[in-house]
Amino acid sequence: MAKTLIKSLTASSSSSLDFVDGTSDVVMDNTYPVYEFHFVNMHPATDSVSFSFQVNATDDAGGDYDTSTIQSTYFAARHYENDAAAALDYNTGFDKALGTTYQVLGEAGNDNDQSISGVLALYDPSSTTYVKHFTVSTNFSHPGDITRNSFIAGYINDTTAIDEISFKFSSGNIDAGTIKMFGVS
Amino acid sequence: MPDIDKINNVAVADISKLDSITFADGQKVNNQSVSLVTDAHTLISTSTASNATSIDISSGIDSTYDVYMFDFINLNAATDNTTFQFQVNATDGADYNDSAITSTHFAAFLDEPSEGTSSGLYYDGSRDAAQSTSFIPLEHYVGNGADESISGRMWLYAPSSGTYVKHWMAQFSENAQHNAAYSTYVAGYINNTTAIDDIRFNMASGNLDGVIKMYGLAKS
Repeated sequence: MAKTLIKSLTASSSSSLDFVDGTSDVVMDNTYPVYEFHFVNMHPATDSVSFSFQVNATDDAGGDYDTSTIQSTYFAARHYENDAAAALDYNTGFDKALGTTYQVLGEAGNDNDQSISGVLALYDPSSTTYVKHFTVSTNFSHPGDITRNSFIAGYINDTTAIDEISFKFSSGNIDAGTIKMFGVS
Repeated sequence: MPDIDKINNVAVADISKLDSITFADGQKVNNQSVSLVTDAHTLISTSTASNATSIDISSGIDSTYDVYMFDFINLNAATDNTTFQFQVNATDGADYNDSAITSTHFAAFLDEPSEGTSSGLYYDGSRDAAQSTSFIPLEHYVGNGADESISGRMWLYAPSSGTYVKHWMAQFSENAQHNAAYSTYVAGYINNTTAIDDIRFNMASGNLDGVIKMYGLAKS
């Protein structure tokens, strides 16, 4: 398993971080069967917002990341810093049933030391036969001073190739943080 | 491009490895262009324990990388039914006892047929941590049978940050001391905005054998 760093994007009060095949050295085609996106300390400008992603298929190039249907599951473990509660829950608020809005990857507070980190793997995005599977695990500082370890997985229910992916918070800018895109050969 | 039979008078068939050749050095061999596979996944260190009290990694954790990956390979306990655990030192600490960690801990398990039919998925409230400065459990029921061990992977994000808490996530597979498979997920953050540069792994009781490899993912 060799990983190749394709692109590293660092936010600075950015509305989103987008990786678009063929733009700014980004490769997102059949060069690699698996792509990994590592999020490092994504910090929101607005408190209590959700970090999320959506894609564009090649038949919606340059589109608004609002037409690809996603079917997904979302569960998470949580534990308060003050030990008030801890649990493992399925979260119906963040799963998707063929929804076209952004898929939530976790929530973060905007205290100076709060952020979200994790990894998303996207499988065979250039396939024109299969849906596009993805798996994600994140850990984040919930605004309520809770550590949450979230596991999200699902598929983009589209047999058209995917070559653009966007990450953003549900409200406000990405104040800071880095997303690294790797190809896995 | 012609085939290369010899490099510096050494038959290619006799060369098994091109060790210590950097990508830049390897771009041309005897003026022949070659294409090497790059890997943004750099092995920083390999720590091998043989009846050791702990595995301490106290070099290589710095700002060179902002994503660190630890692979745990067949960690075996000297003492039966113990817990594999970790703690860190910030750059202003020394005794692995003053970094507050909040964590979650859950597991799935299935007994081997000889032991029964129990299985389940549960949150383990006895092994999570709430601002604890003690060692943090990563896997429990670690056995000392000759064939019993745990293996897994842990991610540590931006340990050198002077701004954010330090997020980490780990997953283990275990052949537990009572003959069951455990798949355990542990994650959390080191609630400290001081850089982290030491990490210690040990068993809660007794020594350990096994290998821990630490990798860095390229920054740029």
